[in-house]
Formats: sequence, structure tokens, C-alpha cells
Amino acid sequence: MDLENQKRVKEFAEKYGPENVVVLLGASEGEASGLAAETVTNGDPTYAGPLTGVQLGLKVYHVCEPEIKKEFDPEVYDKNVGMMEMVLDVDDISNEMKPIRDQYCKF
Amino acid sequence: MKSVIKGTGYILVHTPDMVLHNGTTQTTERIVNPDGEYLKELPKHIRTYEEALSYWPNQVYIGNKTPQELAAVEQPWYDKTCDMNDRFGRFGQIMPQEEFILLMQACDVFELIYLDKDFVAAHKGELAANPLIDETIMARINEGVDKAEVERLVKEEHSEGLYNKGVLVGAVNRAHDIDTNLSAHVMLENIVSKASSVLSLLAAVHNAGIAKSEVEYVVDCCEEACGDMNQRGGGNFAKAAAEIAGLTGATGSDCRGFCAGPSHAIVEAAALVAAGAYKTVVVTAGGCTAKLGMNGKDHVKKGMPILEDCLGGFAVVITQNDGVNPEINLDILGRHTVGTGSAPQAVISSLVTDPLDRAGLKVTDVDKFSPEMQNPDITKPAGAGDVPLANYKMIAALSVKRGDIQRADMMKFIAEHGMTGWAPTQGHIPSGVPCLGFVRDNMLKGNIHRVMVIGKGSLFLGRMTNLFDGVSFMVEANDGKKEEAGVSEDAVKSLIAKAMKDFANTLLAQEEKK
Amino acid sequence: MSILSGKKVVIIGDRDGVPGDAIAACAKSAGGEVVFSSTECFV
Repeated sequence: MDLENQKRVKEFAEKYGPENVVVLLGASEGEASGLAAETVTNGDPTYAGPLTGVQLGLKVYHVCEPEIKKEFDPEVYDKNVGMMEMVLDVDDISNEMKPIRDQYCKF
Repeated sequence: MKSVIKGTGYILVHTPDMVLHNGTTQTTERIVNPDGEYLKELPKHIRTYEEALSYWPNQVYIGNKTPQELAAVEQPWYDKTCDMNDRFGRFGQIMPQEEFILLMQACDVFELIYLDKDFVAAHKGELAANPLIDETIMARINEGVDKAEVERLVKEEHSEGLYNKGVLVGAVNRAHDIDTNLSAHVMLENIVSKASSVLSLLAAVHNAGIAKSEVEYVVDCCEEACGDMNQRGGGNFAKAAAEIAGLTGATGSDCRGFCAGPSHAIVEAAALVAAGAYKTVVVTAGGCTAKLGMNGKDHVKKGMPILEDCLGGFAVVITQNDGVNPEINLDILGRHTVGTGSAPQAVISSLVTDPLDRAGLKVTDVDKFSPEMQNPDITKPAGAGDVPLANYKMIAALSVKRGDIQRADMMKFIAEHGMTGWAPTQGHIPSGVPCLGFVRDNMLKGNIHRVMVIGKGSLFLGRMTNLFDGVSFMVEANDGKKEEAGVSEDAVKSLIAKAMKDFANTLLAQEEKK
Repeated sequence: MSILSGKKVVIIGDRDGVPGDAIAACAKSAGGEVVFSSTECFV
């Protein structure tokens, strides 16, 4: 994850309390989604950014995951994400995201 | 008057040492994690020039292999050796680092670059032997300075080192002691961009078979900015490169739009020619050191070679309609407007289906679509997916929604109307335009008739707007009708007579209705 | 229980996946308060 974005995530977690922050991702495939999810839960796995060694344990979802999709207004989702959902491999993304949430998410 | 694509030039420069010293992934890592595993491992993953030559996508980029041939090769490609390894191709060449460092010095007009004289002596003959490099460029090469002076500049004067095979062979000085916009770092990036643009211009002018003196205007569409502290992006890369390339009759300007820059530039160039403002316009762009090794961490982690080890460059010669070459149809332009939004379906509709609707065409009326043609060998292991394929899936999904194709035919549509990506991840370089050499070839052969070129740009990276951007244009086979440069007096008289006659007929018809 | 309603939402979109703004529209529709939205670019 971009270093500046890591810095911002860390700041928001400190400002609002990690239990009040949810991270939503839009990555284009599973592995990248998993790495971003790991970054905001267990720390930056590439040891480059401000989240290196910082275990925020934030709630994190990819926007196409069924658990979070059901909360969106279906019309808004269809208009903004509907087509990308057809393009992305949502199963692959879910399979990468879920274990990371289960293992590292604290909330 | 329509404008046509008279020729193209595509060049790569293999710059392994610039990956280590100038790519931002590496320079950032050197700051935040200087003792980390990545920097230790990285040198073991650098390809030799010969390996870069026999890399399939590189041979496609310079025109020795076609996208169709590449698509038939099973991915990944980095572990396969292409049966073609020529440094020269139909569209251009793959220049080795040694020649390029000399070309950079030739492109420096402010005495900023100092090369080790032994390095100059050892490699000057190689650049002189390059068929695109003439004596005016060779005359600009200095004999160089002692190695000790190069070392002093880097050590004491904040100069950026130029390295070859791990050895310091030159220095790029800062152009001002205080002005950060003229720092050694910025000057290096800009001279690299300029030098690779010069090589692209030379390739395109040569391939188009025109005289250098015929070029009247040059548009540069790279992603760098040149200027000083009082005008950071003042420009003008276009004119600077045209000067070294010997295009003495040309003026020019820069056009910027992140990765959408080339598509904006080609529309502008085609419009300038169509309007009669200039007869021959060349769109050009050099490459970008910052993006070298951009996804290197993922490549190294997966035991792959660093595939982002080449600078890219391209140039397209656009001239008045000659009745032969493919036309740029300015009547079918796709535009992402301020109001379009960033939802992917809104973006792709604005660029693909909206212009087709306006022209009364179906998606299947377009033989090939050329969105961003990034090489998936680079992007897939880095988590960015297969970018061209994702674009094709979006176009196919929209086509299903419109009823142009059946859902079951989506993959067939992608195979027939798409291409496999081959261009290096140099930002603007892969964006739509890498196809134009092949498109021209195939239209001249009569194999295809209509191609849509799509450029997209991430404007939000500049932190000035959250907007996305994009522009598309249509290239069509020439209908063979050569147009006269102007309209004759007789033609004007006959047009007026016809208009008056039509008007009279309309009046008569209205009278009859009453 | 709702995941997003009343929460501070941080969005890391992707230029070649789903961009930040598109995700933000969805998050707002679910009652989340978007405090940050960015779009990353790997190409």
C-alpha cells in the first residue's frame, strides 16, 4: 500500500479509535486485496511504510465482498461497481480477504 | 481535410543501472529501508541486454513480432526466450544503456552532463554506428573528463551519478544551486525523457519516409515537467527534442494528461492537420526513469527478473490525407467529461459506447479496440491484474447490456476484438498508442478497417482534482479519396449555386403544402 | 448488525479495480461517513 495512504490510515485509527474505522478496498485482484488487508490489520508485510509492525486490526472489506455489498443501496452499487464486479474475480478476492479478517481483525 | 498516420516509431532503452539508482521504488526503499532484503536481492534479478532483447513483449514493441504472435505464447513470458532477438525492428530499436548515456550527453545543451572520458572513448563508435544517429548528433558528444572529476561531482556537488554495469561513468549536475526544479535529480529525469523522445522522433520520421524539414509541429506528451522555480512546468520538451533531432522547420508544444496524454495529443495533432494549421505534425514522448522497477518488489519476491528495466518511447507522424494511409476520424471521439464521474461503467461508456452511439455504430463494427496495452507479465504478479483484459471485459460487459453481443459470446468478442498487452509500464507509453504501428500495417494490407484507441489518465495522482480522465479516437482505413488542399473558386461557386437551388426548392415545397 | 452505519470509512481504491469515488458512493449509501478516499495506481 502507498506509504502516504498508510500514514493516513494510521492517523484516522488514532483520531477516531480503531474500533470506529472501517477500511474499504477496490483492488483489482485477490493477492493485492489480501496484502492491503494485511497492512491495515497486522502491519505492512513489505516492511516499507508507517504501518510496519503496527497491528491496527481494523475491519476491512473489498467493496465487492458479499458481506459488505448487502449493506449498500443496490442501485448505487450497480451504477458504481456493478460492471467491475463482472470483471473482477470476486471469489478469489473473498478467499484472500476472509482468512486475514478472521486472523487479524480485532473488532 | 482529414489527417492520416504516415508512420510510427517505437523505441526501448535497456537501462538496468537506472533501475537501481533512479526508479522511485528503489530510491524510496533506500530511504525507508536501506538495509532491507529487497535492496540486497535486487541486483541478482537484473536482466542482461541480451535477455531484454529476447524478451517477447520487447520484440513486439519494436515491431519484430506481432501482438497476435505474442497472444499465442503461453504466459508467463519472462521465462521464455523469443526466437527473435534483433535490437532493430520494423518500428524502431532497443538501445543499450551505453549508447543512451552518450545520447543523453548529446541532448544536454547546458553543460550539465560530464562523462568519464574512457567510457566515451570505449562506446562512441557504437553510437556512431546506430543508423538513426547522424553526424550532427555525434558532433555534440564531448570527449569527457577524468573519472576523478566525475567522482568529485557526485561526492561534492550534489550531482546524480550515471552508472553502467555498476560503475560510475558520468554525472548529471544540478542546473541551479537553490532551485529544486533544476536539481540534478530533475535534470536527469528530464534529459532522459528528452533523449528517448529524440530517438523516437528519429525513428518515426525515418519510418514515415519524410524529410526532417517537412515536420512543422511537434507535440510532446510525456509525464515530466521542465521549468525553473518561477515556472515549474513551463515546457517545452517538444521543441527541445525537435532541435536535437534536426527538425529545424518545426515548432511545437507540450500536452499533458497523465496516461491519457498521448490520446489527447493525437487528437490535437490530427485536428491541427485537419484544420490546415500545419501539414505535418509529430506526436512524441520519451520514457520515465521514475517508473523503472516500479513493481520490482513483487517481481523479486516471486523470483522473477526485474521486467521494468526499459525506458519506452514512441512517435507518430500525422500528415494531410494522402489517399493511402489510415485516417484519424475526428467525428468519432470519446470524451470523459467533468460530469462523467469515476464509476468504471460511466468511464468506459463515455469513451467507448457514447461515441459509437453518436456515429450510429455497434461495438462489433470496430475491428480492434486498443485500450491501455500494459504487459500483463509485469502487472499480474504485482497485483494489478491484466489491464488490457480488464478493459476488454468491461467493453464486452457493456456490449451485452446494449444487446450488441450475447453474454455467452463475451470471451469470443474479447479474442476477436482485443489484443494481448505488450507495452512496458511507463505510464503514458502503454496508453492506447502502442497499437498504431500494427494498425497502420494491417489497414494498409486491408486486414482491418476500424480501430478505436482509448487513453485513460489518473489525474488524482497530481492532487489537483479527484477526477479521472480519458479520451478515445477512431482510426479508419483510408477510403482512397485524396483531398485537394483547398477549395477552388469554381467549387465555391457551384456550392453556392447548389445551396441557393436547394433553398428555392424548399420554399417551393412549403408553398405547395399551403 | 450493520458494519458501516455510523462508522468512519477509509477508502483505498484502485485505478484498475474500483476507484475511490465509486466506493465512496456505496459507503455513503450504507450510512458510513467517508473520511478519506484515495485511488492507487500500479501502472
